[in-house]
Amino acid sequence: MATAADRVPVAKTYKIYIDGKFPRTESGRYLAINDKRGALLANVCRSSRKDFRNAVVAARKAQPGWAKASAYLRGQILYRIAEMLEGRREQFVAELRAGGVTAKAAEQDVDRSIDRLIYFAGWADKYQQVFSAVNPVSSSHFNFSVLEPMGVVAIIAPDEPGLLGLVSNIAPAIAGGNTLVALASETEPLSAISFAEVLHASDVPAGVVNILSGLKSELIEHFASHMDVNAVVCCEGGRKQRRQVQTLAAENVKRTVFRIDTDWRDAGALNPYLIRDTQEVKTTWHPIGV
Amino acid sequence: MGTNANRADAAVGFPDLSRVPPVDEVGVNERVARFQSRSIKKASKVEALKCILSMIDLTTLEGQDTPGKVRQLCQKAIHLHDAMPGLPHVAAVCVYPNMVAVAKEALRGTDINIASVATAFPSGMSSLDLKLDDTRMAVEAGASEIDMVISRGAFLAGEYRYVFDEIVAVKEACGDAHLKVILETGELRTLDRVRRASELAMHAGADFIKTSTGKIQPAATMQVTLVMLQAIRDFFASTGRMVGMKPAGGISNAKLAIHYLVMLKETLGNAWMTPEWFRFGASSLANDVLMQLEKQATGVYQSADYFSKD
Repeated sequence: MATAADRVPVAKTYKIYIDGKFPRTESGRYLAINDKRGALLANVCRSSRKDFRNAVVAARKAQPGWAKASAYLRGQILYRIAEMLEGRREQFVAELRAGGVTAKAAEQDVDRSIDRLIYFAGWADKYQQVFSAVNPVSSSHFNFSVLEPMGVVAIIAPDEPGLLGLVSNIAPAIAGGNTLVALASETEPLSAISFAEVLHASDVPAGVVNILSGLKSELIEHFASHMDVNAVVCCEGGRKQRRQVQTLAAENVKRTVFRIDTDWRDAGALNPYLIRDTQEVKTTWHPIGV
Repeated sequence: MGTNANRADAAVGFPDLSRVPPVDEVGVNERVARFQSRSIKKASKVEALKCILSMIDLTTLEGQDTPGKVRQLCQKAIHLHDAMPGLPHVAAVCVYPNMVAVAKEALRGTDINIASVATAFPSGMSSLDLKLDDTRMAVEAGASEIDMVISRGAFLAGEYRYVFDEIVAVKEACGDAHLKVILETGELRTLDRVRRASELAMHAGADFIKTSTGKIQPAATMQVTLVMLQAIRDFFASTGRMVGMKPAGGISNAKLAIHYLVMLKETLGNAWMTPEWFRFGASSLANDVLMQLEKQATGVYQSADYFSKD
């Protein structure tokens, strides 16, 4: 019998997450992710614009069903994601550490990620009450404004922290009934890709969350220009890149949300306005007593 | 190229089914996989997409069809996407017999054909007399193409002569209208039966053979379409008569349609690469093709929000 020492190591293949499946990139291109000392940790997919297109098709298909799911159910599913992540806490801590994060910081980031999911799970059936309004008007009408999900959201997740940054942007978008395509951190993608496995085991319907890995410089233009994307959330990029995103987004008037300098570890990142960022306000006039 | 003259005396007698070659299923699957690996880009892709548009039978076959829905479909057929000049129009609009008159009115002045399903579509479970009446009614209302279904029950029971005679009778009832014979391959189950049914239909005088009604899953697949294309090729080699092909149902994106075109070209050649000899029966393919064309023109991925509903 073989001893532990001469057992062949089984390395994990990091793939992308589209429509509830884990395909490789259609382009067949990969990026090497190294640890701090420069040793190869893993190869991750370098997604192409076609992967992005496929992900948007999946997100669009899943959108009406997810928006129609009750707020309570969306909260339950977010809570379930947190439970699943909690159960795999050690794996995520180890993965973050392998990427060069210190033991303490890794544990804190995973804990914060779990707590953040719980936080937005709680908001899922409350933000509507807080942000909606009955408006005073000087005619015999009820006039009320309610929030509706924007639809398909494209997210450029922050490079750092890889896991917490991604979770902090995914949770508010799906809590509000959007579906999304997220580009994981360029520098710390491993835990982000593993997070897709957690989503997969958490009753999140296929296509609601799609996660790609790859290069911002290559994909950002398509995130901003795709006509079937309703909002783009951008957590990286300088002034020039922001300008490019805004210009391209103008083509179909998609909303642009920039979260460039957010400190995702700070308690300030815990707020329901992150949900409202990707909501559309619908105002209805309803005649009274006619 | 075939002519109307050789279409008139289309039936060439009951085929010798003992000489129908068996289908190599593994070979078919491998061949189909090859078609899907062809890389069609840039200018060739644009040409392919336009070609696909011109081959579409824009279809609505629902119990809930209303005259308004049919008129809307006809408008879509005429104005596919006016924002983009130089597009071809679709080949035909395909409706139920009682909607033919509505479609005829809506398509007046265009050269878009009107196809109608007939013969107790989709099951075909009725008497021959009723099926012939159904066919005549559609032709009299103005349909220039008739999509009939074969009696699958009789076919599966081995009553090939009955199926053959029925097609011959319907062909006669069609008069000048083209006849497309639907095999409903999803109910035939095996590729050998698909091949045999194709032979029967072509020998009985079919102008087109068509895979499916769209009401049964699986509908068109590349495998059954390849088997039918091979049957057409062999029939042409032995009789000199061209027969058209129409895969229908389940072809809803441009990429898949391009794979079909590749298969058509590599199996039958350029002579069949026109709407006269090849059609796609589809309800949602046109918009995907239009979105791809727009993507090719602008470089930006498109949304269905900006195209009229089909």
